[in-house]
Amino acid sequence: MPPAPHETATARLARLLTMVPWLVNRQGIDLVQAAADLGVSTEQLEADLRLLFLCGYGQMPDELIEADWEGGRVFVGNADSIARPLRLGVDEAVTLIVGLRALREVPGLDERDAVDRALAKLESAAGDAAAPAHRVRAEVAGGGSPELLARARRAIADRRRVYLRYVVPARDEATERDVDPMRVVGIDGQWYLEGWCHRAEDTRLFRMDRVEELTVLDVDGTPPPEATERDLADGTFRPAPDDVTVTLRLLPGATWVADYYAVDTVRDVPADEGGGLVVTLRTADTAWLRRLLWRLGGRGVVLEPADIAAEVREGAERALAAYAAVPGA
Amino acid sequence: MSSPSGSGAPSAAQTKTERLLNLVLVLLYARRPLAKAQIRQLVPQYGANASLEAFERMFERDKDELRELGIPLVTEDIDALWEDEPGYRIHQRDYALPDIAFESDELAVLGLASRTWAQASLAGPAAQALRKLRAAGVERDVDALIGIEPRLRTAEPAFDAVKDAVLRRVRIAFGYRRPEATEVVERHVQPWSLASWHGRWYLNAYDEDRGAPRVFRLSRIAGSVRTVGRPGAFEVPADHEPEVMTRTAAGPPTAQSPAVVRVRQGAGHALRRRARTVGEVDDTWSLVDLDYGDLDAFAEELAGYGADVVAEQPRELVDAVVERLRGAVAAHGGGEA
Repeated sequence: MPPAPHETATARLARLLTMVPWLVNRQGIDLVQAAADLGVSTEQLEADLRLLFLCGYGQMPDELIEADWEGGRVFVGNADSIARPLRLGVDEAVTLIVGLRALREVPGLDERDAVDRALAKLESAAGDAAAPAHRVRAEVAGGGSPELLARARRAIADRRRVYLRYVVPARDEATERDVDPMRVVGIDGQWYLEGWCHRAEDTRLFRMDRVEELTVLDVDGTPPPEATERDLADGTFRPAPDDVTVTLRLLPGATWVADYYAVDTVRDVPADEGGGLVVTLRTADTAWLRRLLWRLGGRGVVLEPADIAAEVREGAERALAAYAAVPGA
Repeated sequence: MSSPSGSGAPSAAQTKTERLLNLVLVLLYARRPLAKAQIRQLVPQYGANASLEAFERMFERDKDELRELGIPLVTEDIDALWEDEPGYRIHQRDYALPDIAFESDELAVLGLASRTWAQASLAGPAAQALRKLRAAGVERDVDALIGIEPRLRTAEPAFDAVKDAVLRRVRIAFGYRRPEATEVVERHVQPWSLASWHGRWYLNAYDEDRGAPRVFRLSRIAGSVRTVGRPGAFEVPADHEPEVMTRTAAGPPTAQSPAVVRVRQGAGHALRRRARTVGEVDDTWSLVDLDYGDLDAFAEELAGYGADVVAEQPRELVDAVVERLRGAVAAHGGGEA
């Protein structure tokens, strides 16, 4: 990722002070490779090297930093005073410490010992910057049995296909499928197994706490070339072209729905009109939506489309019919 | 500062980066504290032609910005005997990251810890920190752990401001929307800690308006977060445990009660998984015994199964489910209307 075009002078300075020691320890590294590892474009790296070339502890030629990248290999010299990285800043120390502590809690992680050693060294190296780290606690994900998670990881490492018995509560289905596992992702508080599903013939995310059974099969589990990892930057929800847009009125008591589901738009309803929210969301599958509205018991209302509103009403009426037989209902 | 013009002329930001880098190099190289006049000579970007006043203003700002970056620029007496002008330098021992050698498995978990933030607002600092720790290592930066990717997200707009306030112990004020209230209420708090739980970020704080500790969900903070006063303005109680406070407030444990529900064959999978016993009634129905915590939450769950699940016992559970279903019918144009 190239730095933002509006990188400030101080942000660039911080980046350069990290870049110099990294390059000093990798004399002769390929320019393109260095740019990739440093997370900048080749043009940016060249501009950075040109800038370094102009700087020094004095302005005599032998006092300036040497930077050479002719022939595509990078050499940086005469930079002894900044040949070691600047100490970790608070954000830098906190991210790594909080991340390591969260890793410690990952169920079935074999590397816990390495985590503890890294944490001890990091805390001593970071000094004061590490102090506030205990005021940020992150739980990557809960749920999912440690044993199933470990089994899924082993299947990925060994490239084995797995058999899954998987429950989809939103549709109240138990399904069986063979999956070529790609990775185990912890995101938004849940563990998922991502893999190529031979039933759907597509990549799928399976929530680990809904996996009833996971058996490693003695079959090669290399995913087909068309299997690509999903970009999870916006979470696990993926809108599809055939989605229906649904407008929901959420009365006070049901506004949590807007936090919990991926809604496209949210509008406040003034208190004198009853309060709450009007939201829109997109979905291909309306079964979960009917279930949600039965659960909300009237505090959530489908405004559009009318056929989904009718399905909600008819389903609730069928459910109520059963209670004629329950004494006292 | 003169405004550069013409092709290839450095931008103002470029000139400033050069000036700051030269300043750092000069102060790190110095064996004794340097007077301002010396610094002005050694750092050409301060411009020999600028007025003394302009130079001093620029230098003061630069000092502050370097310190903001965590560079330990100190003021020392140049010569205690006869000069009262202060001198400036940066001590290498305070500047440089201590020399620590990480084993390759330690670097691998550090890489994983850093990438945990890859989709969060702290991705930059996390990557920068890892690069610093790996600077001395000569091996290729490989990512050894296969197949597992923990990810933290910070989708809440208030995250960065609240995080800074927690780390620096600065009091803050913000608008907060309570779960079921429409109006936003201004809150003034001493931010103690941040905790993520079940995929959401929570702020544990001392609420100055209520005079008591409170937990706030970051996604319910409306608008901007304002800082009040200086860093280090309050102490966090020594026995404060972030995750305990968040979990206690976000999900209080409730006592379990027994229930009996009738579940259609081939349905109610999540209920069957939690069942104490499942008895087969006939080809259509099973009878499932299970425990529930919160009556309303369980009634909601059962209502969600529609005609596939019928609550049988206890009586208050049956009533609660029926009430929800009737509410759903009425809200969607059914019932008496």
